[in-house]
Amino acid sequence: MEPFIYRRATDASQALALAAAPGAIFIAGGTELLNWLKEGIVRPGTLVDINGLQDLETIDTAPGRLRIGALARMSEVAAHPAVRRDYPAVAEALVRSASQQLRNMASMGGNLLQRTRCPYFRADAPVPCNKRAPGSGCAALRGADRHAAIFGWSDACVATHPSDVAVAFAALDAVVHVQGPQGAREVPFGDFYRLPGDRPQDDTTLRPGELIVAIEVPASAVAARSRYIKVRERASYEFALVSAAVGIDLDGATIRNARIALGGVAPKPWRLRVAERALAGRPFTVAAVRAALESGAFSEARPRRANGFKVDLAKRAVVRAAVGLGAGA
Amino acid sequence: MRIGSELSRKDGRLKVTGSATYTADTQVPGLHYAVFATSAVASATIEALDTSGAERAPGVVYVMTHHNAPRLRPPAPGFGSMTFLPLQSDQIRYEGQPIALIVADSLERAMHAASLVRPSYAVRPAQMSMLERFGPDADAAVFDTLETVTQGYDEPDTRTGDPDAALGSAPVSLSRRYTMGFRHHNPMEPSATIASWDGDRLTLYDTTQHVWGVRSVVAEALGLAADDVRVVSLFLGGGFGCKGFVWPHEILTALAAREARRPVKLVLTRSQMYAACGYQSATVHDVALGASRDGRLVAVAHDVVYANAVPEAFPEYAAAGTRTVYACPAIATRHRVVKLNTIQPTAMRAPNEGMGNFALESAMDELAYELGMDPLELRLRNYAERDPTTGKPYSSKKLREAYHLGAERFGWSRRAPHPRAVRDGNDLVGYGMATALMTTYRFPSAARVRMRADGSVVVESGTQEIGTGVRTIMPQIAADRLGIDPQHVEIVLGDTTLPEAGGTFGSSSTMGVGSAVADAATKLRLAILRTAIADKASPLYEARLEDLEVHPDGAVTPRGSPTRRDAYAAVVARSGREAIEAEGSWAPGGDVLGTGDYAMYTFGAVFVDVRVEADFGITRVARCVGAYSAGRIINPKTARSQMTGGMIWGIGQALLEQSETDAELGRFVSKNLAGYLVPANADVGALEAYFVDEVDPHASPLGAKGIGELGATGVAAAIANAVYHATGVRVRDLPIRPELLLG
Repeated sequence: MEPFIYRRATDASQALALAAAPGAIFIAGGTELLNWLKEGIVRPGTLVDINGLQDLETIDTAPGRLRIGALARMSEVAAHPAVRRDYPAVAEALVRSASQQLRNMASMGGNLLQRTRCPYFRADAPVPCNKRAPGSGCAALRGADRHAAIFGWSDACVATHPSDVAVAFAALDAVVHVQGPQGAREVPFGDFYRLPGDRPQDDTTLRPGELIVAIEVPASAVAARSRYIKVRERASYEFALVSAAVGIDLDGATIRNARIALGGVAPKPWRLRVAERALAGRPFTVAAVRAALESGAFSEARPRRANGFKVDLAKRAVVRAAVGLGAGA
Repeated sequence: MRIGSELSRKDGRLKVTGSATYTADTQVPGLHYAVFATSAVASATIEALDTSGAERAPGVVYVMTHHNAPRLRPPAPGFGSMTFLPLQSDQIRYEGQPIALIVADSLERAMHAASLVRPSYAVRPAQMSMLERFGPDADAAVFDTLETVTQGYDEPDTRTGDPDAALGSAPVSLSRRYTMGFRHHNPMEPSATIASWDGDRLTLYDTTQHVWGVRSVVAEALGLAADDVRVVSLFLGGGFGCKGFVWPHEILTALAAREARRPVKLVLTRSQMYAACGYQSATVHDVALGASRDGRLVAVAHDVVYANAVPEAFPEYAAAGTRTVYACPAIATRHRVVKLNTIQPTAMRAPNEGMGNFALESAMDELAYELGMDPLELRLRNYAERDPTTGKPYSSKKLREAYHLGAERFGWSRRAPHPRAVRDGNDLVGYGMATALMTTYRFPSAARVRMRADGSVVVESGTQEIGTGVRTIMPQIAADRLGIDPQHVEIVLGDTTLPEAGGTFGSSSTMGVGSAVADAATKLRLAILRTAIADKASPLYEARLEDLEVHPDGAVTPRGSPTRRDAYAAVVARSGREAIEAEGSWAPGGDVLGTGDYAMYTFGAVFVDVRVEADFGITRVARCVGAYSAGRIINPKTARSQMTGGMIWGIGQALLEQSETDAELGRFVSKNLAGYLVPANADVGALEAYFVDEVDPHASPLGAKGIGELGATGVAAAIANAVYHATGVRVRDLPIRPELLLG
């Protein structure tokens, strides 16, 4: 525990100004940040409390899109009737996240900024982890790697991203709205997270001092017919071993448009675009989904010693989601 | 509400309203806060230790390292503490070992200062690999190269008959290896110690399952007379064995408070709990069974390998149950250890049988399928009427009734004979069963019972409340012997100023403390009644003692003469004394296992219904039914709660719990409850616990035995056996992971 300065912001411009202080970091629900503070993962000079930014609490379900304020709590979004009706994968991913107590506190913006559950990153003592201490190495590369990534990892980092709802957002082509010292910008979800490469300390493409203000999900037929399947060993209050968000737009019994994103398999939500393309124009059947998953969708998968099962498990999660969405036998 | 009735927990309201005073809640004026800086390496010599930053940090009043710590007398080798103490030399023997202790005026300042300690080490290779050494490519002879730990209460190796010859000639035989991972206790309440000195006298408020053990070890280490140390433990937020031994942090907190000349509180962090108060060793079990075609066992052999810390010797007799559970003329068991750079492993619910049971009961299930026999029938066919290793009769055993009761309540007869035969939607459905068994441990205990002039009764005993119900059943026992309603009886416990009692481990409290309380209450009843009949002012003056009966409200009358009334309270009031009291005690004969002419165990039959998600390999326990033969049940309500708690413990053991190790870094990998999974409510299906009507006249004067650990045995094997029944996949390594069942 390091001493730090605590500041409370009342509006976005004040928050951005306070965030210019050296080592400043925003705090919202605190359900993740407090863990980092206790474990020494971050040592901020200033905590900027943004819970007073009431404009960021709104869940706006105007026709055409879902706009979730960054300070909306996970439990509020999960319970929102319009979210459950028009964006079921989002609601399902949220209710399967964490515990009710955490969902009541955790903000949606903070959810996206969760960091990996890799046990070396979360260690109580300094162990080799490039994400935590750049240049220190990656203990998971030759150590416990059952939970490691099968896609997108590098020799510097094999960690996965833990968020559930981010997987649904990735499938549904959400956009992250941010404000920063250089003004506001919109980041397509596919560009929000970055792969570790040789810089695993940076999880996202957020720039210094930028604040997530909202997440916007376009309304669509795939969003309305979407599903989130989470496979985990403990029945609740547990991160995904693998998960799948699937959305299907049907023209009769034929797939017009499919979206598939996986969780628990990569440093970011992993879109299976090869499989999505393979499904377009195909009949919506389990056989077609299986065929699409075998059509090169996993050719980039590079399983490690103990996590090869994730390839199979991820395919099965996608099939289960498709069955839930009405795929024929 | 006598013995055998369902009295609700007397401390339930205190606990759920947050009013119970747990150790770290204790208010002590002038309290300062201690925090450990710990080693990130597992085997090393400290070459330099820079504490200058910590010493200069705000609020710091004392920094203790091996340079300035007064030398302690290390605990003698034995059962109950470590011989190796940190901060006494430059040697590092396990990751997480304290290298400095900071005392500051706030917890946050102490934590900050601890983060400023800068060690440098000459690192040696650490030994942390265990299961890896027994993988598929392991040298078959590795077992013979390992050490034997003989320090303990039982023999590490036993041999009855000639198992090797019997195995060789058995018509049916199998030989299998089973493994279980490292586990940590993870009680909700982390260990905490508050040390407060008054001159040369020390008071410790401590999270311990044995205030007397802490008193003797701390007194010895600090060179104090035991009488100068008082240890208090009023409520425990779980322990499961990790608060049974005396650990370095308890001794070092006492030392730091003395050196800092202030009362000091130390609360271990969750991650420190993984390297400060033991763990359950991973185990490797080689089980060989030989049987006739009709399922009669002719040979049983069970070899176990477990871990010990480098300088220590803790016995984990995981094959102990195998010596007694089934009738067989040839039984051999052996235990060997590998030495690791860790904190010392310790007992964890359930030690010994709780681990070996998984291996033996899995092997029995495999044998049943090999023979084409119902697994329950195989167990009945090998029912042991006498202990097969010693030839002694059992002190009591109604396991046969338990098998039948459990099978009937569960509906075992509906079981499909072949595996992978039943499907329910996406789930493969399987039934499994196993025998549960636990050794009976008993410890000498004393108690005092006082009747006050207002009719209220106080039971006093230096036992501990770990969550099992001691604060409920001890008043219940006293009330039973006094003949009154237990609402008039309270208990004072957890303090070495009270009569000495055994540790709250080994499922022993009901027998030891309960028998002492019963003895004291019986004597108190007599003392009060004798006072009455000798008192000319009493309506009972010169009545015959054997004619008197006591009513639930404390009234005393001669039998059949309801109008000639006196009362307990009135007798005490007229005596001119504040209270009338009596002391009682009870001790088993001989040593820990001194069961004399009897073999003494508790038994049970566990049946489970599992659902394995066919696509994902995820196993959930839909239902668990346990029927137990465990002596007289004092309070069926708290007893059932213990058994269902044990079942949940078994679900964790079977499906979730494992502390992964990193052999290169020499550490446990995940030291938190996000990385180490314990069951959540959603993992727990319907649980049912039943007891057969039984009195054990030899285990204790109450006819009772211990039950707390029994409930945690049998469950993991029953689950693994049910998983086989559901899927056709035999999993021999715990925890059962989905990747093994993807099929």
